[in-house]
Amino acid sequence: MADSHADISKHVKLYIGVFAALAGLTIVTVLASQVDFSGPGHVVVALLIAGIKATLVAAVFMHLKWERSGWIWWPLVLCAFFFVVLMTLPTLVATESRDRAPAGTWDTIPVREAPAHSGGNAESGH
Amino acid sequence: MSASVLPYTVKPHPVTGVYSGKLGTWLFLASEVMLFGAFFSTYVLLRVGAPTEGAAVWPTHEQTHLSWKIGGFNTLVLIISSVTMVLAWAQLKMNNFSKARLYLIVTFVLAGLFLVVKLTMEYYPKFEAGIRPSTNIFFAAYFVLTGLHALHIVGGMVVIGYFIGPGASLWKKDPEYFTNRIECTGLYWHFVDLVWIFLFPVLYLL
Repeated sequence: MADSHADISKHVKLYIGVFAALAGLTIVTVLASQVDFSGPGHVVVALLIAGIKATLVAAVFMHLKWERSGWIWWPLVLCAFFFVVLMTLPTLVATESRDRAPAGTWDTIPVREAPAHSGGNAESGH
Repeated sequence: MSASVLPYTVKPHPVTGVYSGKLGTWLFLASEVMLFGAFFSTYVLLRVGAPTEGAAVWPTHEQTHLSWKIGGFNTLVLIISSVTMVLAWAQLKMNNFSKARLYLIVTFVLAGLFLVVKLTMEYYPKFEAGIRPSTNIFFAAYFVLTGLHALHIVGGMVVIGYFIGPGASLWKKDPEYFTNRIECTGLYWHFVDLVWIFLFPVLYLL
């Protein structure tokens, strides 16, 4: 990436702009979680906003916007592919097998309800 | 026999086009994506596969006892620390070591603040109330995911603390090498921020 004094000064302005965007998107995430979307809409919206925030961090703070080396990009592309596989596979498998799990499968996992405590979520808005 | 010197710590490697520390850090981060990815994948499997009725149904927000206000506050703390980290690197690029060091100190303090909030306002009240990773499947996932993330925060603090303290002497000997090391530290720190960007909505809001 270019690194003259003037270029870095421009970058600093960009960093501040990205910070404002990240802070704003965090507020949007909280507000969106309180909207009653139909079906899995709230999951899609929350992960979409998180994806935009992650892209901003990776592109600007981690300098990928200016990165030209294939030695960095190709491992990341491979990594992104397997990450998508990791996220997709359990969704497909779990929804397929949820109602066909052998009797007692979930009984082996503790399901005690957590005791109440003062650091709770009474004001969560849900 | 002269001491060996690491090659390509400043100048780009002729084959890769980047200095070796940067490539190494990115490869390390790729492995980190897979580590956290495996735990996220497990969380998705458990959550999506949880029975829709009966005793093992996934807990509601009231049962998980997580406050979005505390999680949101810590999100902002980490975002600000990411900005101060990248500003430290920018100041080094502009040959301003004292300002860079100040930004590193602010980053270190913010990382500490994140941990203090996590431990005193989230973990401690839960342990006091008898909530453990063994309480139910949600808390098992919650403590593993946030605990692993907190360990990464501690790791980041160790490295940042080193460059604020004894590691800072490298600036006088080789400023470009020092600047590159701060860039690599920043890459790691932004990754830690990036993980929390996903953890916050997944655990506190969905």
